[in-house]
Amino acid sequence: MYSVEDLTKTFGAHVALAPITKTFAEGETTVLIGQSGCGKSTLLRLLIGLTEPTSGSANFGGRLVDRNSVSEVRRSVGYMTQDGGLFPHLTAAKNVTLVADMLGRPASDTKSRVEELTKLVDIPPNLLSRFPAELSGGQKQRLSLMRALMLDPKVLLLDEPLGALDPITRHELQDQLKKIFANLKKTVILVTHDMGEAAFFGSEIILMRDGRVVQSGTAEELDKHPAEEYVSLFLNAQRGRVYSGAPDR
Amino acid sequence: MNKLTLTLAALFFGLTLGSARAHDGIVVASKTFTESYILGEIVKQTIQSAHETTVEHKKGLGKTGIVFAALRNGSIDLYTEYTGTISEELLKDKTLTTLNQMNAKLAPMGLAVGVPLGFNDTYAFAMPEATAAKLGISKISDLAKHPELRFGLSHEFLSRSDGWPGVSASYGLSSFQPKGIDHGLAYEALADGQIDVTDIYSTDAKINKYHLKVLEDDHKFFPAYDAVLLYRSDIPTRYPKSWAALQKLQGTITASTMVKMNAAAELDHRSFADIAKTFLRSGAHANFSKSGKGPAGLLGTIFDTDFWRLTREHLYLVFVSLLASILTGVPLGILAAKKRMAASSILSAVGIIQTIPSIALLVFLLSVTHTFGTVPALIALFLYALLPIVRNTYSGLLDIPQSLRESADALGLSWWHKLTIVEIPLASRSIMSGIKTSAVINVGTATIAAFVGAGGYGEKIVSGLAINDNTTLLAGAIPAALLAIIIQLLFDGLDRWIIPAGLRSKRA
Repeated sequence: MYSVEDLTKTFGAHVALAPITKTFAEGETTVLIGQSGCGKSTLLRLLIGLTEPTSGSANFGGRLVDRNSVSEVRRSVGYMTQDGGLFPHLTAAKNVTLVADMLGRPASDTKSRVEELTKLVDIPPNLLSRFPAELSGGQKQRLSLMRALMLDPKVLLLDEPLGALDPITRHELQDQLKKIFANLKKTVILVTHDMGEAAFFGSEIILMRDGRVVQSGTAEELDKHPAEEYVSLFLNAQRGRVYSGAPDR
Repeated sequence: MNKLTLTLAALFFGLTLGSARAHDGIVVASKTFTESYILGEIVKQTIQSAHETTVEHKKGLGKTGIVFAALRNGSIDLYTEYTGTISEELLKDKTLTTLNQMNAKLAPMGLAVGVPLGFNDTYAFAMPEATAAKLGISKISDLAKHPELRFGLSHEFLSRSDGWPGVSASYGLSSFQPKGIDHGLAYEALADGQIDVTDIYSTDAKINKYHLKVLEDDHKFFPAYDAVLLYRSDIPTRYPKSWAALQKLQGTITASTMVKMNAAAELDHRSFADIAKTFLRSGAHANFSKSGKGPAGLLGTIFDTDFWRLTREHLYLVFVSLLASILTGVPLGILAAKKRMAASSILSAVGIIQTIPSIALLVFLLSVTHTFGTVPALIALFLYALLPIVRNTYSGLLDIPQSLRESADALGLSWWHKLTIVEIPLASRSIMSGIKTSAVINVGTATIAAFVGAGGYGEKIVSGLAINDNTTLLAGAIPAALLAIIIQLLFDGLDRWIIPAGLRSKRA
């Protein structure tokens, strides 16, 4: 569905993304991981045309992501960020149905889709009439996910979707998200800096550093056969100080 | 600039232009000094007494140039003018001395002059009697011997060819450096010793009160300023009964009657309408200084018969110009926010407009539009209201967090939906505060519009200045200030309706 070819992004002399060629597995979850500034978010933003490549190309369904195709690509892809990106002046319901309304989808279809999604993301229907400022962090992210799923996209691009949540809410949502991804058979590309989360979600993990891919593979491969010293350093830094051993999931 | 917006703006001004020209009945005007107001009222009531048509008096429409322009374009039908002004200032031909000669020149413009009222209100120089006696001055030619004298002259006199430029050349006074001073303030300045000599009219109300010596025009420089009616030449045929009544005014007002009437207005603060009524009822021998009613008082002056007309005119000026500014300013602000290249030129253009003094802008617009009154006033107010609206729209849009703008992009919203559903609502608080600022500024600036005959509360301020009457001045200034407060409250209420609830909730 998604592939990139010799894709790069530089800001002046700074290389945000070194040339990368990659085809993302369909129906699977790929995790982009690394420290802040490693280029993982830049790659995600290039996929949905929020920033333009310096060279190379991103392709969606065989079509080049460029000025002409970007609107169509965006409507075929669900995108979700750390802060949810909900519009504060619109109710939760309006945030969710915004694009469907713009595209002139029948109101009855929209209504049944909202009901379906409400159950899927497990949010009390009465919250839909509230404004974002009146919702908790977890509720906001559930609504943001609803919005991303509204048009039933084939692909979900998630940029640190759970990064701003408290540990308990985060844990809960991780479980739910994994179930949703599996049930809906979506192609998911997820950005995180949390190795535990990456291991939990990702069939494939792409570890990045300074704009380039250090190693890609399963969590076990990264742990057992690190391609370079940095891989072990990154993994060990996240094993935590409260308990020892690898993440237990 | 947005074509749609330009069209809307043009439409607005077109509508206003249309409404400025069409009127029913007779429209009388006066210039901005006491005598003209009183004569305007006498003419108005005389026409009313003929019971033929309706009549409106546009009080203090403006200085000579503006009132004459209004007469020529048909916005008004009639006003009282002086023969000297007609020949020297309006027709620019000193050799025209008789009414027949003037009519020959006025006829091609569709205008005519007639009905000499009976007095000559010529220009004269005046100075305090005590100073004149001490220095031995009795004639204008004596002034040249006293270079220490300070001249304070009305702005109009300073610029008229039959005023200072001519008289100073004739009497060799060009070494004096006269200061411009509003005529209504000149007497106080004389009494306070701030100036020594000023220009007056020979029917001035305050000659006796301020113990002034009127200097003899020994070179016979000033032409005769006989008060006459200057009118559109179709008036006698369109309104024969009214015209017959007006003709009866011929020769009825002597100079001493005029001085008394001027004094009744300026010193006894009787209303112009009241003085005109007394004159028409009792003639030249009426007692103008005594009246059944005392001075009207501040409240009475505010809620005069013309209060609602002034309010209507003021609101019209404020809101029509504001609407045009919103329709132009919001798109300009959006353009500035979207196209960085355009931003600096748009913002500096609307900023520069703001630095132009309002009177200068109005005068410029008078000459550019070849019209007077409502149209140039609306254009000026429209231009002044642009800055706050453009700037607040611009900054409101730029202040939208990057994450929300990207969120709108990532959803695949079209640029129009992004603008209308996301960006404008998110910037609405800032845009609304720009509009509110413009509205309040407009209420204040609209008072200036009276200087070009556009009416509104400024009319009372101009009158108050013209006759040096603080009560009248306040009767214009106070309603304008109250209106500004009311409009502020109105817009605060409007905020609640326009700014989305999600942006107003406490936790937002």
